[in-house]
Amino acid sequence: MTDSKYFTTTKKGEIFELKAELNSDKKEKKKEAVKKVIASMTVGKDVSALFPDVVNCMQTDNLELKKLVYLYLMNYAKSQPDMAIMAVNTFVKDCEDPNPLIRALAVRTMGCIRVDKITEYLCEPLRKCLKDEDPYVRKTAAVCVAKLHDINAQLVEDQGFLDTLKDLISDSNPMVVANAVAALSEIAESHPNSNLLDLNPQTINKLLTALNECTEWGQIFILDCLANYTPRDDRESQSICERVTPRLSHANSAVVLSAVKVLMKFMEMLPKDLDYYGTLLKKLAPPLVTLLSAEPELQYVALRNINLIVQRRPEILKHEMKVFFVKYNDPIYVKLEKLDIMIRLASQANIAQVLAELKEYATEVDVDFVRKAVRAIGRCAIKVEQSAERCVSTLLDLIQTKVNYVVQEAIVVIKDIFRKYPNKYESVIATLCENLDSLDEPEARAAMIWIVGEYAERIDNADELLESFLEGFHDESTQVQLQLLTAIVKLFLKKPTETQELVQQVLSLATQDSDNPDLRDRGYIYWRLLSTDPVAAKEVVLAEKPLISEETDLIEPTLLEELICHIGTLASVYHKPPSAFVEGSRGVQHKRLPGSAGSGESVDSPDTVSAAGVSEAPPAVIPSQGDLLGDLLNLDLTPPTTSGPPPVPSSGMQMGAMDLLGGGLDSLMGDESEPPPIPLRTDTPQSPQLSHQSPSPPDYSPTELGGDLGGSPAMGAAFGAPPAVMPASFSAPVSGGLDDLFDLGGGVGMPMGAYSPPKTIWLPAMKAKGLEISGTFARRAGVIQMEMTLTNKAMSVMTDFAIQFNRNSFGLAPAGPLQVLTPLSPNQTIEVALPLSTVGPVMKMEPLSNLQVAVKNNIDVFYFSCQYPISMLFVEDGKMERQVFLATWKDIPNDNEAQFQIKDCHLNSDAASNKLQGSNVFTIAKRTVEGQDMLYQSMKLTNGIWVLAELRVQAGNPNYTISLKCRAPEVSQCVFQSYEAILKN
Amino acid sequence: MIHSLFLINHSGDIFLEKHWKSVISRSVCDYFFEAREKAVDPENVPPVLQTPHHYLISIYRGKLFFLSVIQTEVAPLFVIEFLHRVADTIQDYFGECSEGIIKDNIVTVYELLEEMLDNGFPLATESNVLKEMIRPPTILRSVVNTLTGSSNVGDTLPTGQLSNVPWRRAGVKYTNNEAYFDVIEEIDAILDKSGTTVFAEIQGVIEACVRLTGMPDLTLSFMNPRLLDDVSFHPCVRFKRWESERVLSFIPPDGNFTLMNYHVSSQNLVAIPVYVKQSISFFETGPCGRLDITIGPKQTMGKTVENMMVTIHMPKAVLNANLTATQGTYTYDLTTKVLVWDIGKLNPQKLPNLRGSLSTQVGVPKPEDNPSLNIDLKIQQLAISGLKVSRLDMYGEKYKPFKGVKYLTKAGKFQVRT
Repeated sequence: MTDSKYFTTTKKGEIFELKAELNSDKKEKKKEAVKKVIASMTVGKDVSALFPDVVNCMQTDNLELKKLVYLYLMNYAKSQPDMAIMAVNTFVKDCEDPNPLIRALAVRTMGCIRVDKITEYLCEPLRKCLKDEDPYVRKTAAVCVAKLHDINAQLVEDQGFLDTLKDLISDSNPMVVANAVAALSEIAESHPNSNLLDLNPQTINKLLTALNECTEWGQIFILDCLANYTPRDDRESQSICERVTPRLSHANSAVVLSAVKVLMKFMEMLPKDLDYYGTLLKKLAPPLVTLLSAEPELQYVALRNINLIVQRRPEILKHEMKVFFVKYNDPIYVKLEKLDIMIRLASQANIAQVLAELKEYATEVDVDFVRKAVRAIGRCAIKVEQSAERCVSTLLDLIQTKVNYVVQEAIVVIKDIFRKYPNKYESVIATLCENLDSLDEPEARAAMIWIVGEYAERIDNADELLESFLEGFHDESTQVQLQLLTAIVKLFLKKPTETQELVQQVLSLATQDSDNPDLRDRGYIYWRLLSTDPVAAKEVVLAEKPLISEETDLIEPTLLEELICHIGTLASVYHKPPSAFVEGSRGVQHKRLPGSAGSGESVDSPDTVSAAGVSEAPPAVIPSQGDLLGDLLNLDLTPPTTSGPPPVPSSGMQMGAMDLLGGGLDSLMGDESEPPPIPLRTDTPQSPQLSHQSPSPPDYSPTELGGDLGGSPAMGAAFGAPPAVMPASFSAPVSGGLDDLFDLGGGVGMPMGAYSPPKTIWLPAMKAKGLEISGTFARRAGVIQMEMTLTNKAMSVMTDFAIQFNRNSFGLAPAGPLQVLTPLSPNQTIEVALPLSTVGPVMKMEPLSNLQVAVKNNIDVFYFSCQYPISMLFVEDGKMERQVFLATWKDIPNDNEAQFQIKDCHLNSDAASNKLQGSNVFTIAKRTVEGQDMLYQSMKLTNGIWVLAELRVQAGNPNYTISLKCRAPEVSQCVFQSYEAILKN
Repeated sequence: MIHSLFLINHSGDIFLEKHWKSVISRSVCDYFFEAREKAVDPENVPPVLQTPHHYLISIYRGKLFFLSVIQTEVAPLFVIEFLHRVADTIQDYFGECSEGIIKDNIVTVYELLEEMLDNGFPLATESNVLKEMIRPPTILRSVVNTLTGSSNVGDTLPTGQLSNVPWRRAGVKYTNNEAYFDVIEEIDAILDKSGTTVFAEIQGVIEACVRLTGMPDLTLSFMNPRLLDDVSFHPCVRFKRWESERVLSFIPPDGNFTLMNYHVSSQNLVAIPVYVKQSISFFETGPCGRLDITIGPKQTMGKTVENMMVTIHMPKAVLNANLTATQGTYTYDLTTKVLVWDIGKLNPQKLPNLRGSLSTQVGVPKPEDNPSLNIDLKIQQLAISGLKVSRLDMYGEKYKPFKGVKYLTKAGKFQVRT
């Protein structure tokens, strides 16, 4: 007799029949009926109609029946809150039962019923159970506090349950301690600043004692909690490490990994010359290796974490290369991860083995895996110089197989090898050229074109080869088009005589027939360079390129540090900080590794500890950046007001650039057509921005006009190289001479500053006896200005101008007298800028941004009112700290949230963010969810009011959604209007 | 913490759902089905998936997916370990972990899940604690239950739940006191074409079956404990004693359990018990190829190799195999392209050989990828690492138990490249 009988249905109608059985007098029949109900419930059928009948079965001394009814209640109480009340009495009674099992069961079940009315009744029994004499009940009650907190946080705080929970950390029973820690950790997640888990040496000691005795799951909770503690000095750090080390031998891999996390973190504080430090390093390797013999799912998580550990401390696993060798029947996700780690561990000592393996993999069946293996060979060549020769010959062997995707992948990596070891392996170019026709992927085509352009002087038929690509120019992807443009220009500079026609052709294709602003801009720049000063062009385009760096696609150090603190968590699997993806990202705190105490001095507070840490860079600004490229872009685009470094050098270059781009184009154009538009439009801030947008696919770099080719991780690394030619005007790393051109492109965009609406007529001449005032508001260099144009349309001279404001919402007042020094003669117009302060008297206006002004002259006093964009009240220090932002966002009640739609805005999120930044709307974080970019922004008004915004930008959808949160919700409407105005201008 | 669990069968039906917090609609599984589709093979579904509001962490066991839904930052290993524990528990209770058996015992499974997790926190996962709370079904008990109306849910608090030895229940009594230990080693190895070892390691496990009265305290010592590179113990083992004396000292759980896992890594020389001489080649001309495999014993320490089996995943182009085996039988599955050669006992005097021709598809270029050979074997009464138990002592109880140790070596992921 099995439970599958519960799934059979009768003709009469299941529910009807069940109802009859539930009301039967026979206990056995009742139980069977409840079982049937539960069985239906588990497979997703709706049996909520039976609620009263099932609840009637609750009053029983049969424990199984009771449990079954409880199971039912947990599922359906929410949908029938009034009925659920019927069960309360039984619960309360059960909480007094002499049997601890029943007491615990009752309190546990009550916590699972997410109905407010029931939770009210829960408080008293819960309080009793938290102090119950039986540890089983106490441990169940501890978890119940977390449940209750999830339903009604305020209630838990008011009732003082949090303190009781804290007391349970000192409980005599380790299981109770573990559950209390788990419950507190969960509650703390929603209270980032509450300091619930106040860790001090005493509590740490208690936790460490409990660690040895509690269940495996409890050990995980305790270890994760320990990892948040910052020891006072290296001695304490060592003693904790010593007591945690035995956990490395636990059978549960989650315990092992949590222990590894604690050790990795606390190890930072140990002086490197300490014997114990070395011992610890040795102890870490075997458990990590053992994780790899577990089930594939566990292996995957372990490998993702090992990837981090290897980057932070390569010495731990440097002798364990072989365990990462790929097995034939590993799942593909394990194979790819293993490959990554193999490359990270590759060194001169083991390169022969690694290469032999990689070559083996390159003949496997799975295409993704084979591609990655081929790419890995290239990375080995770049990483271990001694092996480069062997790698290249291996790659050539692979090209001989003529397997299409292998060939393409090989060409892409060979290009990287050329960049690392120039003038060494160019003899293989001939072989590469043989495969030109089989290349159909953009990346491979671009790589090949780069090679042809770079080595044009050694390839006899380079012009023919490039010409053949040119035929289908418009069908190529942007990547290939850009490369082709650059390659042909290079070719022209090398062999000017034969290729004039070709270069003309490509330049006109790029500038006239293309819609891509990147391509067009690049085309124009080349065009002007070539026409003004071919020698300079040669210097720029054929400039010597910096070598690409060895270690590729490393995780940025600050991020790595944070991730090390999150070993074993989802963050470590995704290699992203938790704030970047955790739902609601409530309470996410940036964790930092503690600093080394190697200098011997003891460190007092966590703050100084992290300051002493390895990296002093501030936490990443944009969560998704994760790579150097992001950094670079970010810096490039920041207007001078916030980026700090003085714009002096860039302004000097700006002049040069104007010159360069200004003239001389026509000569090259010949007389066939009118001159093309000037590529860098200094009057519109968009154009430099557009040219910067395109790098957003992070592996592509227009930064190096000189002929660098993006497209591979190795190239991304090249950005890290110090500037080779010109002194950089920004602290951002730049890679080649021509970058400066782009920097200055950014420079051109910078003066745009805050958004200022066009002038409108405030006071028509008709109403003011011939005085016409039109004006606008602007914020320039941190000063709010009222910019007015006064026109005298009367017949007599006007003198003695003065201005006064009525009280207004933000206390705007003239900071000085109106500077109209000379009399205004008839038909004369004068521009005046009046600086404003915000310390005047305040009165709330309707609408909020309304300003009533009185202007006096020798004729009369005139009144008018105007509205200012609230954006000019956004101050320069309106950038909130991320944590503060998160906390504030959560803190402001949802009622204060206002949502608006901005229609017909065609900027992408980066451009929007830049535009807004010019008006002191600061983007604090950005994340992308399903193609939708979410920008989190903050701004501060002159009167100290903070406004937080979440801007959602869906690619391809011109309508933005914006949510504003502010403690003074009245401003939301104005802020929204400003947003709209800024974005649309 | 773990929010919900869905059990999904091979064909993508959800046949059980359990929520520990609020109810999450099963439509969340659609993201999983999408990934499942993309992965082609069920084994290749990535274990951690991100969806807009949840995380899906899954394992694949016994042709079933155990899919858990997570809402907050949780250690994925913790979830995966727990899911495996759920599968283990089901296996332990009902003898197998399959859709059929779960459906047959759906209420018990549901009760178990409720007992194992509370609000997403693991509650009781030790099999003997669970068994006291919810008794596993036996034919006798279900008959008795039907007759007497009693239930299979224990109504007292399990004794082990809170004691210092939570894994052992109090008051155990046996008439025959016995303790058996099986030392089982698996060789994971990759051999290259020429037969050289690319990589080899040994995964060992000591499985115990202990039926002893009272609270015995056991000490197991080895002849050569230094062999063990890395060990992970059942929680009952006293780690301090191992650190200082290299002996396993413990109060055992009652019944079957895994005492210890260990690992002998590639740094030590791993003996490879057999050698394989093989050649698989495809001709440029004509739609065929040749296969010739011979297997012989290498380092077997004088023991016989049994249950020899060779599995080859042939390239897709191979249509059929026409082979002769001097020993055992071979089968070629035309759809999965898997060639299995079941050899049986390895006779050192007369080496088994499999040879013949492979016919490939006409008009298709000869296969690029070389198939790998997966080897299966068993050697009784031998731990290939050389690990030996020297003695087992019992303290705390007066009686004399019956003791026994068995050794077994198996091939784990043992593959030969061609």
